[in-house]
Formats: sequence, structure tokens, C-alpha cells
Amino acid sequence: MSNNNPIIEVKNLVKDFPINANALKKSHMRALNDVSFNLYKGRALAIVGESGSGKSTSAKIIAKMYSRTAGTVKYHGRDIDEFNQKQSLMEYRESVQMIFQDPFGSLNPTHTIFHHLARPLLLHKKVSSKAELPERIYALLERVGLTPAKETAEKFPHQLSGGQRQRVNIARNLAVEAEIILADEPTSMLDVSIRLGVLNLMEDMKNDGISMMYITHDIATARYLAEDIGVMYVGHLVEWGEVDEVLQKPAHPYTQLLMSAVPDPEKSIHDNLEGGRKGEIPLWTPESVGCPFSGRCLQAMDKCNQALPEPKEIAPNHFVRCFLHE
Amino acid sequence: MSVNQANASVHDKSEVQLSVRNLCVDYITANGDVRAVNNVSFDIGRGEVFGLAGESGCGKSTVAFSVCRLHKPPAFISGGEIIFNGRDILKFDDEQLRQYRWKESAMVFQSAMNSLNPVLTLEEQFCDVLLAHTNMTRQECIKRAGQLLEVVDIHPSRLSDYPHQFSGGMRQRLVIAIALALNAKLIIMDEPTTALDVVVQREILQKIYQLKEEFGFSILFITHDISLMVEFCDRIGIMYAGELAEVAPAKNILTKPNHPYTEGLGNAFPPLHGEKKRLVGIPGTPLNLFEVPVGCRFQARCPYVKDVCRKEYCTLTEIAPGEFSACHLHKDGVVDIKSLEQQPVQG
Repeated sequence: MSNNNPIIEVKNLVKDFPINANALKKSHMRALNDVSFNLYKGRALAIVGESGSGKSTSAKIIAKMYSRTAGTVKYHGRDIDEFNQKQSLMEYRESVQMIFQDPFGSLNPTHTIFHHLARPLLLHKKVSSKAELPERIYALLERVGLTPAKETAEKFPHQLSGGQRQRVNIARNLAVEAEIILADEPTSMLDVSIRLGVLNLMEDMKNDGISMMYITHDIATARYLAEDIGVMYVGHLVEWGEVDEVLQKPAHPYTQLLMSAVPDPEKSIHDNLEGGRKGEIPLWTPESVGCPFSGRCLQAMDKCNQALPEPKEIAPNHFVRCFLHE
Repeated sequence: MSVNQANASVHDKSEVQLSVRNLCVDYITANGDVRAVNNVSFDIGRGEVFGLAGESGCGKSTVAFSVCRLHKPPAFISGGEIIFNGRDILKFDDEQLRQYRWKESAMVFQSAMNSLNPVLTLEEQFCDVLLAHTNMTRQECIKRAGQLLEVVDIHPSRLSDYPHQFSGGMRQRLVIAIALALNAKLIIMDEPTTALDVVVQREILQKIYQLKEEFGFSILFITHDISLMVEFCDRIGIMYAGELAEVAPAKNILTKPNHPYTEGLGNAFPPLHGEKKRLVGIPGTPLNLFEVPVGCRFQARCPYVKDVCRKEYCTLTEIAPGEFSACHLHKDGVVDIKSLEQQPVQG
């Protein structure tokens, strides 16, 4: 990992959600358990895992959309809870932006693209007068490849395709000069031929110095965009590190299972799955103990059911949480 | 239509399960008729897995719906033949169609896990199909339903459960079990695993393949994930803007594409191995079917476009045994598209 100081430092993050709550009994599920990772300037961290593994929850905690149960999240060394006054919260929101999965639901159908980009510019005082707006907005649209900019600005969201709408969302992030972008499956609803254009745009933004968290279930695009990768299973970060190191030498049985299941034209559909067997994904509660994967793991030992393994660095910038590597 | 038009077939007549000939499907809209599927021809052999790939809106699901004759206005089949076991299903009357559906060809829909009725138990849903299409008694139906559940690795004791009590992957397997209920000879799968995680996806596809080997049905498999399709299918047809651009054995699609669109589609999937390099995918946006140009439909996005592409329409032709392409590049012998130099494309 780079020697720079991290922009976002997440340590031992825990998040519980109430389930089946009623007057007599309150139970919780643990959506995130002891998750730690850092985001660096000009680097992308991809978080992969199945649905319900806690990928989006961790992004939403960083974006201050959810509160956390335990652990710390620091932005440039300051706890994000310090950003709670109107002014400081505004500054935090300005530097930490999200891109959502659904480009169809995240734009207001009754307003033009011009309006969508004018709002953040005015709210965050990025322009000194309204007269500056058109010039700024056209520049932003050109930067995300929506040309001719003037015509695009006059359009309504329904006149744009999914890929174009996602570009408008990215332009909104650029409008406030975001430092960190949390992208929650930004391409999963886009067509294959359009998807790559959006990924390339995100790559350019990253190269311009933006720090990025890329949440996806598509391992191939994670490898394409990100320098680092984290693999999540049932709220636990089970393996993380440099992307090629983790994907070519997966050390955790779950990562091995995931890699053997990824569609790959060089493999055959008949190849066996490695590392684990099919089985139900457990519901993790604050009372649960052991490794979440032990029920499906082919190499599970007694101690796997008794305690959660500590993270271990098995190679430079390659961490794994598994007793097999103790 | 040219006399020597290829039928994208590599089979003897006796081995063909389904033969689609010059299929055209139109949608009636306020702005005039749109031809969503134009002149599509392909064959599926017995026990074969045939894949249809392409972007959304290219007509692949419309083809699948036609094979079961499920289109309702504003869509209608405006031309062509769909020959199933030697009989044209487009000429069937209502009773014949009722006999044909599910017994002969069954369909697993997109987001199939949401196509179970949430207020009925599984037993009801299995019996619904079996009572409507066979002369079984209710007791026999329940017995058969239990067998079907075992086929997809779900315990028969769960027949009295409701759909919400199952996970997404299990619901998907349940829908496949219902599709198998009457031993259909052709199963149409429209993005059967798109909403699922990769591990579950692979388990289900391995199960389907195993069942195919056991019962010998054919599969028409539709997805937009080319990597998955190459692994799963025997032959693949690539569709663009309502037409077949290429039909070829699955292994050729990525290594030796015969149509520029296929090459672009293959390049749009980042690889899992090897060096990381910037990919370009396909420039431009999919064709608006209200603005079909003269000549090739892919001309505006094609990096190898020539003058002839803007003037002359190109039909799907057999350029090598078992390999079909609709591209003018192969006019004077087969060209290796990957070795050609690309021109910049506007867009």
C-alpha cells in the first residue's frame, strides 16, 4: 500500500441492525463485524462479496447515512463524528460523495440536467454568481463526455440513456470537487457496451487524484478499476490486499470459492467449485462466534467454530482472516 | 431474399429440435411499427445448448417469447416459421398451443425467483401445472412434485412451504423444477441466473447441465454475460438491433470473432488474467429501431466500416463450416477481424 496517509481510515467497524423487534424482545443482526480498511488518494479499493455481505453498509457509514455501533472512521485523522455542525457537516459531505446503483431513480424526472448540476454548485457555493453557472455546467458535462453540452443540459432525465444518466451523477460528484467517491455498484444496471465507458471515466477521475471505493459483485471489473480489493462474507472482511495478489493467490477458502465460480471463458462449466461447499449463508448476530464461513468451509477445524481468526499479513499488502494461515 | 441464404444450421434434419426461419416480430407503437426482430434464423439440435447474446433491446427475449408464442399486442409475429419437431407452431390453434406449451417447451423467465405466486404453497403451484396439462390425480401430482424437488436438491418435506420461506437461489431452482415438470423437450431460459451471486449461479448452471444430460432436453439460453455463455453453451448467436450478427461455436466467439460487433462485445469484458490494459468496448449507443439506416445496422459503431456497408444490406451467410456472419468484410473470403486495423469511430 502507498506510504501516504490514508484519507479515510476505517477501524474495527461494527454495525448492528434491529430485526424482529417487538415490545417483549429485541434482537439484532450484525451487518458488519470488525471491518478495517483505508482509502488512499488516487487509489481505488474494490469491495466484492455476495448480496447482503455488508458492502453497501460500510459505504453508507462512511457517507454518514448510517450511524455505527462500534469502531472508528477517521477522515484526514479526524473522527467523522466531529463533523456534526451545519458548516463542518456540509464540508464533509462536499468531499465524500456517493454514486448509486440505479441511474433511473437517482435523478429527479421533473428537472433538467442543468438544474441537477446547478443545485450542488449553488448549495456548496462553488460559483460566486448565477451568471457563472452555464459555463461551469457545460465544462462539467464535457468532462464526463456528454457532448454537445448545451443540448444535454436542456434535457430531462428520461431523454437520456442509463449510461448517460450515470455520467450526470458522476458530473454532480465532480461539481462539488469531491475528494472521495463511494460508488455502489455504479455499472450493474448498465449495458455491457456502455459499462466500459463509465468505468473508464471513473478510472480517469481516480488518476486525477480522487480516492475511490468501488462496490461490486463483478470481480473482473474490480480488477480492471481497482488497485486494492477486499472480499466480504457475512459482514466480515475475510481477505484484502493488492488486487492481483489476492485474485491470483487467493488464501481464504471463501475467496477460492468465489474465484472458482466467476464466469471465465477459459474454464469449463463442469469445473468443480473449490474451497467450500454449498450451504446456507448464516445470519450473523452479536452473539455469534467463530468464523462465518466455517459451516461451508472444506477445511474447517474445531477452533473455527469457537473464535474469529485475527487478520494476518501473509505477503506484503495481502491480509487474510483464516486459521489456516496462522 | 437471396436463394443461398444460410439457415445457421449444422444439423441433419432428424436431429433438429427447433428451427426458427426468417422470424420477424413487430411492435405497434404510437410512432409507427417497429421491427424488433428481423429475419432471424437458427436451429437448435436435440440436447444442444444454444445461446443468444446481445445488449438489452436487441431482441433476444423477443425471440424467446416467440418460440413459446407468448406475444400479446402490441407485439405480433409478422413473418417466418418456427418449426418444432417438424410442425410449425405459428399455425397452431389454441388447443394445439395449450398442448405445446409446457409439455413440449417450457420457459424460465427473467428474475424467475419472483415469478412464483407468494400466496400459494409450492404444492399448489406444482399441482396447478400438473393438473392443467396431464390426467394425473392430485395424489399423483404431489408425488411427482416431491420427485421434482429432489431433482433440484430441495427436500420434498418443504412442499407445504410458501415462496418467501426459500432463499433466492432456492426459488430459482424451484422455478426450474416446475419447468421440468412435464419433461419438456426444449427449455427456454431468459437470464435465469442474472440476479444471483456467482457461487449460486454456478451451482444452478451445473445442476441444469446435469439434468440436461439426464433427460436430454435442448436449451435456449439467453444472457448478456458473454463469459458465462461461452462456458455454458455449445453454439452462440450474437444479436444486434434485432438481427443475428453472428452464429458460431461457443469457443470461437471470443477467440475468433467473425463480426465486428462480436469483437467489441468480447472486448467489453475485462479479463481476469494477464496484463491490465485500457479497454474501449463499443463506442456510440445501441441503434434506435425507429432510425434503421440503409445497409448494415452496425455501421455507425463499426471500426471497420466501408462504403459498401452504408449502401448494401448484408445477410447472414455461412463463411466456414458451422460459422455464420452478417458482415461485408467476409465477401472475398474469411477475414481475421482481430488482425484488422481499426478506424476511429464518431460517437
